[in-house]
Amino acid sequence: MTATEATLPLQTRVAILLRMLAIQGAWNYETLVGNGIGFCVEPALRRLPGGVGGQPYREALARQSQYFNSHPYTASVAVGALARAELDGVDPAKIERFRTAMCGPLGSVGDRLVWAAWLPLCALSALLVFALGAGALGTVLTFLISYNVGHLALRIWGINVGWRDGLNVAHALGTPVLRHGPVWLARAGTLVAGVALPLVVQRLVGTERSVQVEVLVAVAVGGVLLTRLHGRVEVWKWSLGVLALFALYSVLR
Amino acid sequence: MNAVETGMLSVLGAVLGLDVVSFPQAMLSRPLVAATLTGALMGAPERGLILGATLECFALETLPVGASRYPEWGSSSVVGGALVALPGVRGAGALLLAVIVTLSWAWVGGWSMVQLRRLNAVWARSRHEAVARGSRSTVIGLQLYGMTADLVRGALMTALGLLLFVPLVQLALPRWSTPEVPTRGILMALAGIVAAGATHKVFHAISGTRWYMLAGLVIGGTLMGVLG
Repeated sequence: MTATEATLPLQTRVAILLRMLAIQGAWNYETLVGNGIGFCVEPALRRLPGGVGGQPYREALARQSQYFNSHPYTASVAVGALARAELDGVDPAKIERFRTAMCGPLGSVGDRLVWAAWLPLCALSALLVFALGAGALGTVLTFLISYNVGHLALRIWGINVGWRDGLNVAHALGTPVLRHGPVWLARAGTLVAGVALPLVVQRLVGTERSVQVEVLVAVAVGGVLLTRLHGRVEVWKWSLGVLALFALYSVLR
Repeated sequence: MNAVETGMLSVLGAVLGLDVVSFPQAMLSRPLVAATLTGALMGAPERGLILGATLECFALETLPVGASRYPEWGSSSVVGGALVALPGVRGAGALLLAVIVTLSWAWVGGWSMVQLRRLNAVWARSRHEAVARGSRSTVIGLQLYGMTADLVRGALMTALGLLLFVPLVQLALPRWSTPEVPTRGILMALAGIVAAGATHKVFHAISGTRWYMLAGLVIGGTLMGVLG
């Protein structure tokens, strides 16, 4: 089958997308997400000559289920590209090289775009909505809808662009959204954080003005001190210790 | 809390624990969602939401990056959400205890995820030859084993957390002696400090973010004055 003849029906794409949601189901410290890649590519491999159980199918599935490391969302780019390469009958050695080469970039792009930008932005936006007075349903839906629109769009885009470009998909990682997206999302995130944090504290502390001011001053001082530490301390663990001591004092005195 | 409630919450904890990594990673397991859902299920959505928003400030510092060990917020937030939604449980003391329980249990949950990953590795190793032969049932089976084990892990973490902490909190709350306002103030100051530090930690490498933060603070401060 040549590159121009290969097609991936909508039904197969949907099957791959649904499996992508479980790509980390067998995540482990030896093959990492490798088995998940084989699991996700499998619906496409059924279209190889001989179908399920045929020699090409078994060889391709074995190849695709070996070690792989990636961000779970951007792994869809690799899944689409690997499905295309297998159906195009690309030399297995070339597929192996592609798998090795894609691990680092896909992990890095996904971590920067999703974990370090999109997720905090969506969480902070939901906290802002909460701070402005939204109830349980409004706050939760704001977070889930905004986050998952981006999440699913990234997975769908990844499968489609991977399938379209096959092993030449690396250039797709240089698209403006992936290259500049983390920067703009981070800027939006800090803006939203600046707006949200005082308002969140205001709503959580309650109506007493003097307490609000004291808490906000403590947050400002603590926040500035933490910037001096440049992220070297896991503050939530220290906070847990302080809270535990305070609880002991409050219960035992 | 009766057995039916414990069972129901354990199912919720299982599903939300599964969401953390295995399926579907749609962030249903974030404390803002998980604690609120639990509160709603127990008939106290507002208390669940307050806990969820407080915990989310802490969770901003812990991002689920790669193979690192991070807190498991799904099942732990169900335990915390259940604590604040217990009948007769009110006030900042209860909220603070629920935060302590959730943070601690999330850390234990992170440890349990590491054990699960080791178990997955054992299963993968023992089936290596079948995978190398291209066995469809083995590849799919490994995914299903892993997800089922994760589901069970989440259920156990939730059930165990409820069994341990519900009596403990019910024992501690009547003895809580610090007044409402300072208790709430200390909790929210720490939550705010962690959130502010996390924002800096996550975004500081991007140029210009401090100016965006300052602009945001001006807007936020203005809104505080306007809203009141």
